[in-house]
Amino acid sequence: MSATLQRTPLFDEHVAAGARLVDFGGWEMPLSYGSQIEEHHAVRQAAGMFDVSHMLNVDVAGPRAHDFLRRLVANDVARLTVPGKALYSCMLNPQGGVIDDLIVYFFAPDRWRVVVNAATADKDIAWMRRVAASDGFDVAITPRRDLAMVAVQGPEARAKVWAVRPAWRAASEPLGPFSAAQIDAGTLVARTGYTGEDGFEIVLPATDVAALWRDLAAQGVRPCGLGARDTLRLEAGMNLYGQDMDELTQPDQAGLSWTVSLKDPQRRFIGRDALEQHATPAAFLGLKLQERGVMRAHMAVRTALGDGELTSGTMSPTLGVSVGFARLPAGVKPGDAVQVDIRGKWVPAQVCKLPFVRNGKAVEHS
Amino acid sequence: MSLPTDRKYTASHEWVKADGDVFAVGITDNAQDQLGDLVFVGDVNVGAKLKAGDTAGVVESVKAASDIYAPVSGEIVAFNDELEGTPNLINESAYTAWIFKIKPDNPADVDGLLDAAGYEAANG
Repeated sequence: MSATLQRTPLFDEHVAAGARLVDFGGWEMPLSYGSQIEEHHAVRQAAGMFDVSHMLNVDVAGPRAHDFLRRLVANDVARLTVPGKALYSCMLNPQGGVIDDLIVYFFAPDRWRVVVNAATADKDIAWMRRVAASDGFDVAITPRRDLAMVAVQGPEARAKVWAVRPAWRAASEPLGPFSAAQIDAGTLVARTGYTGEDGFEIVLPATDVAALWRDLAAQGVRPCGLGARDTLRLEAGMNLYGQDMDELTQPDQAGLSWTVSLKDPQRRFIGRDALEQHATPAAFLGLKLQERGVMRAHMAVRTALGDGELTSGTMSPTLGVSVGFARLPAGVKPGDAVQVDIRGKWVPAQVCKLPFVRNGKAVEHS
Repeated sequence: MSLPTDRKYTASHEWVKADGDVFAVGITDNAQDQLGDLVFVGDVNVGAKLKAGDTAGVVESVKAASDIYAPVSGEIVAFNDELEGTPNLINESAYTAWIFKIKPDNPADVDGLLDAAGYEAANG
């Protein structure tokens, strides 16, 4: 494996646990610690934890931070008024393509936190600084590589966190979904995740993360790798940057129009002109394979309205059938019968709404 | 872990073991370990006449699909349909979970495959 790969503060823990390591966006990360299917079920049925320290926390501060983020991000951060409240959205380029998807946390009008993907982090920081400079926003953009991040997910996740860090309970128990509590200057507990289960994403100083990881493991929280993370997010209907959308994809083409706010006509966020004037309509929906086999990204899909393509696909450990996301011609609807080219054979699949699984249970599609 | 010496191997990670006048074919423990949890085994056409190296079927793990090849020229005479419902039998026991059986055109071709030491040397 290349010597240039970056490592998170939990790298030694992964090696000690016998993880199979892979290059993920330039980071040497655990794919699994044994069986990725067992890791998947642990999150659906009990609690699992993921090292997500490769993702980058970025502080955005200054008197113009609020205005800057309203320009930078496709959703409207003005809807965040309660400290700790978060929203999911995208940064778009002027063509309306997705530079990255991200979570924005509001702490104070002049103090915000943005969490971006690992592989895109350098590009994101450069873009944020370029927008700030060219549009004259006086903001400080500070990447926080001194912080680590652990996602603890599953029906038992919150209780396990409180068992090992009782002092965090009072602040984090009242949190609703997509809200965070600042425990102290360096520690943030957010009720967010990428699995479709309840749980927390915990941001904390890199120097504290190994102790938390070990304490959670001792409490029975199962370490989970990127493999389980991918099957969990797919079942949960959550997009993966670089696979389901990229700089050539508008939010509409990736099922992300709900993360774009066009409500305030005065708010000219970057990409808005393109979305309004050069919209590229498409249906982005789930597929369930009707026969045995496994759908994968880039497989062709044949519909009554024309051809489409899988952007993600896997075997769903919860449902026991192959599921995927597909970019399809506008007008294709849940319930439609389509066919997927699996290794040269057209296999029937059903179009359905996302997600496939929520809170441990299969979502019924008629 | 030492490889069973009662069978032959291919560079593409199949094992080939005599079973009467035909040969059972599976994938090595090394191969299943690299693939991870298997979720699908299939696309095997019983009755197909294949040349050595032709695709005989597919094994898919959660992360990827991987072809399995005919180790020698011959006819596919059986598919282990137990693997349809439980592909992870291969993860649990790679050397007993055969995938297909082949009747070689020329049984002596099997002698030309790798032995355990040869496979181990190639993948050490």
